[in-house]
Amino acid sequence: MTFAPPTIALHAMQRARRARGAVTARIAVPLIVIGLLTVGAVIVPILYHYDPLHADLLARLKPPGATLSDGSTAILGTDQVGSDLFAQMMDGIRVSLIVGAFTLLIAGVIGVLLGLLAGYFGGWFDAVLMRIADIQLAFPSILLAILIASVLGQGVMNVIIVLSIANWVVFARVTRSQVMSLKGREYVEAARTLGASHFHLIFRTLLPGCIAPILVIATVEFGQVILAEAALSFLGVGVPLGTPSLGSTIASGTQYLATAWWISTLPGIALLILVLATGILGDALRDRLDPRLRSA
Amino acid sequence: MVGYVIRRLLLAVFVLWGVATVVFVIVRMVPADPALLIAGETATPQQLAELRHQMGLDLPLIVQYGRYLGDALVGNFGNSYVLSVPAMYLIGQALPNTALLAVLALLLALAVSFPLGLLAALRVNRFGDRAVTTGSLIVQALPGFWVGVVLLLVFSRTLKWLPSAGLTDVQSLILPTIVLALPFIAILTRLTRSGLLEVIGEGYIQTARAKGLPERTVIFPHAIRNAIIPIITVVGLEFGTLLGGAVITETVFSFPGIGRLLVSSIQVRDYNVVQACVVIIAAAFVIINLIVDLLYAYLDPRMRLAK
Amino acid sequence: MVKQTAPAASASAAGPLLSVENLKVEFSTSAGVIRALDGVSFEVSAGETLAILGESGSGKSVTAQTIMALLPKPAGSIAGGSIVYKGRDLAAEPIKQVRELCSTEIAMIFQDPLSSLNPVFQIGYQVAEPFRRRLGMGKKEAWGKALELLKRVGIPNAESRIRDFPHQFSGGQRQRIMIAMAIALDPKLLIADEPTTALDVTVQKQIMRLLADLQAETGMAMILISHDLGVVADVAERAAIMYAGRIVETGTIREVYDHPAHPYTKGLLESIPSAVPIGERLTPIVGSPPNLLALPSGCSFNPRCPFATAQCRNVVPPLRQPAGWQPGHAAACHRSEEVLAHA
Repeated sequence: MTFAPPTIALHAMQRARRARGAVTARIAVPLIVIGLLTVGAVIVPILYHYDPLHADLLARLKPPGATLSDGSTAILGTDQVGSDLFAQMMDGIRVSLIVGAFTLLIAGVIGVLLGLLAGYFGGWFDAVLMRIADIQLAFPSILLAILIASVLGQGVMNVIIVLSIANWVVFARVTRSQVMSLKGREYVEAARTLGASHFHLIFRTLLPGCIAPILVIATVEFGQVILAEAALSFLGVGVPLGTPSLGSTIASGTQYLATAWWISTLPGIALLILVLATGILGDALRDRLDPRLRSA
Repeated sequence: MVGYVIRRLLLAVFVLWGVATVVFVIVRMVPADPALLIAGETATPQQLAELRHQMGLDLPLIVQYGRYLGDALVGNFGNSYVLSVPAMYLIGQALPNTALLAVLALLLALAVSFPLGLLAALRVNRFGDRAVTTGSLIVQALPGFWVGVVLLLVFSRTLKWLPSAGLTDVQSLILPTIVLALPFIAILTRLTRSGLLEVIGEGYIQTARAKGLPERTVIFPHAIRNAIIPIITVVGLEFGTLLGGAVITETVFSFPGIGRLLVSSIQVRDYNVVQACVVIIAAAFVIINLIVDLLYAYLDPRMRLAK
Repeated sequence: MVKQTAPAASASAAGPLLSVENLKVEFSTSAGVIRALDGVSFEVSAGETLAILGESGSGKSVTAQTIMALLPKPAGSIAGGSIVYKGRDLAAEPIKQVRELCSTEIAMIFQDPLSSLNPVFQIGYQVAEPFRRRLGMGKKEAWGKALELLKRVGIPNAESRIRDFPHQFSGGQRQRIMIAMAIALDPKLLIADEPTTALDVTVQKQIMRLLADLQAETGMAMILISHDLGVVADVAERAAIMYAGRIVETGTIREVYDHPAHPYTKGLLESIPSAVPIGERLTPIVGSPPNLLALPSGCSFNPRCPFATAQCRNVVPPLRQPAGWQPGHAAACHRSEEVLAHA
């Protein structure tokens, strides 16, 4: 006669409860990290009177923790023109966040709109849109970004345009497939029989059902866009020379790897933390909002 | 099946045409004057006009487009402005190197991510899975160029174990391969894990267990044979990320591949070469996707007889 | 159709083949612990057919899964009771050992043959697999056996179709293939979990007939799990009605159908269209299926029961067999006598 003591089931339940708590932590912690970085990105450059165009050659290439001539400490060292690395990194994060936010906004709005229309109306509009998406997806996105950036030249606005072009497809596809799966649901049919107009159906009925997957995608894309901007700036086709960027800081540090390793290394860690936070957040959101999307 | 193959081929051709057209349009948007770039600032207006006529730049745009397409089909992308050799020649030198790097990276990624994904799926929500999933998240967030720089710093400058640039010997392949493979490993691991988890929940797995088959036989081959199919499709799609990543990796390691060729051509405004690089890379991507799609159709018996 | 009984007489002399006693199974979910089975007891003798009937959620599939050690881990666990098969208590043994019995002694077929067959392997491979993996047979020999089995279950043109894939067959044929796989190693007990639910009505009868024929040939015992009382009527000898994880009535199938002693059984029988003359109204059972997370106190059926009294709301009725009833007929109801009289 066997008795599995009730503790087995109890343990499993406790584990389930802890897992739910973990999901909430995975949402809260990244948000806090991103929030801190955002605040830092705004405040620190101001505190340090950071000016990307100012050069202080006496203070160049100082290691982290070194004391400068005016008595202040360079927490993370200085770069090849004497600017404090910490302030430069924070300013770079500011640029990353701006680029990320605007790109998401533009790519998201355009992509979602096109996806809604394509999913809802179907027909030739959908077919054309999907062919365009196919062609665009035939380019690895970095390639497309580099190509367009090389034509447009450097500039923050250009980077935003380039990355928006490269990324609207993801939003369009996700929205379209969600719309197509929701289109046949009964609550949509019900709204239609009640005489709802196309506009109402698309924006009031279908769109709310798409918010969850769009939010998940947006979070992950935010991190990817930031990485892409850094990559473009690293290659020299991103932000212009006067604007700080984590990518260009890392790039300029490659010449000094032997003598001043911190210039290339530390901004990368900041970048990693920022992108990792968005990745964890996106994962946790997906688990929370729609377990069915739980995939790679 | 035959219908499917034909349709995929047509789609591939269409996409290739679209790619070539898009590149044509974008490059024409460049504000610089190609004739000026070749002849230099000292050329006289007559010489410039002469050169433009030679290059066919004074013809109507639609005719230029037609000639471009025709030339592209035979692989003629004109000459490099800088080196005065055919663009295709430069690509012919660089492409095999990139291909080598890509294949090595792919093999590395498959070798690492398959066991890891399997481990994570079999130990789902326990320590093994947590470790693997967290690890992939971190790896996916790594900026590729930064990892390359850091590895250069550690293994090349500091430890002096590995060479830092170029394609000199087998050792010089190690770092670029690792850097190129990293994001792929992260994605593939998560994909393998989720693909397996989905399959394990299916009814025929319960049937296999009810047949009294040992757990190992339930996984190999019952679960895996099914899980592989969608994984292969995504491998093809993500290969594009690999090709894109090659651009950055080659720049960091000064690797003589098509990615570095592209970047340096952009920097010197050698637009014929830029055009050629982009089209060739995109073409490679389309062809690989086509192969993957056909492979998928072959592996899934439901596809073989349908449509 | 009268069922030929096989050598059942010899079996009852040696005791039942399978004896489940007071089986309790729990599932831990994010919403709480569910008691899927709350003290289930029944027996199956060699060569006989027991029908386990009930709605979805009554615990009938869980019973089958527990016997075969197929409970989803780690959510499901046995919380008490025993499953005695040929003298061994399967509930006390590690899963690996119980699985050795699967297919050789006890076999199972599932509800949806499309998702229960592996779509990427030929049916020949799948039917031959028990021979190859469990008996170590060579490929040619195993496929030969598989061919015989496929013919036996009535797959037309078996020689050419043995190399086809599951999606190339109809629903009924797929279920036949599953049956072929299940009886491959001559099990003594076949558990059929809703074998006909996913099939058309005409096909249902064919599959049931196939099962009955196979049983007559091999003398194996069967447990038929279903929610459809009509479909099992011709094939089963005994029936056990399940509700909310407990057995509420058991007995020979004729006795239970003709003289139901539990209000739930009575309600089920009255809601079958064929039981009611044309033109008369159907009487459904009022209320909705129980929420396993919040079962009513006392008898779980009491909120829906027209006979319920205060006692029913407070005391869980045990399975009892009052004097004067047919042997083997028992019901878990405080008011059985009134229920019988009400017929």
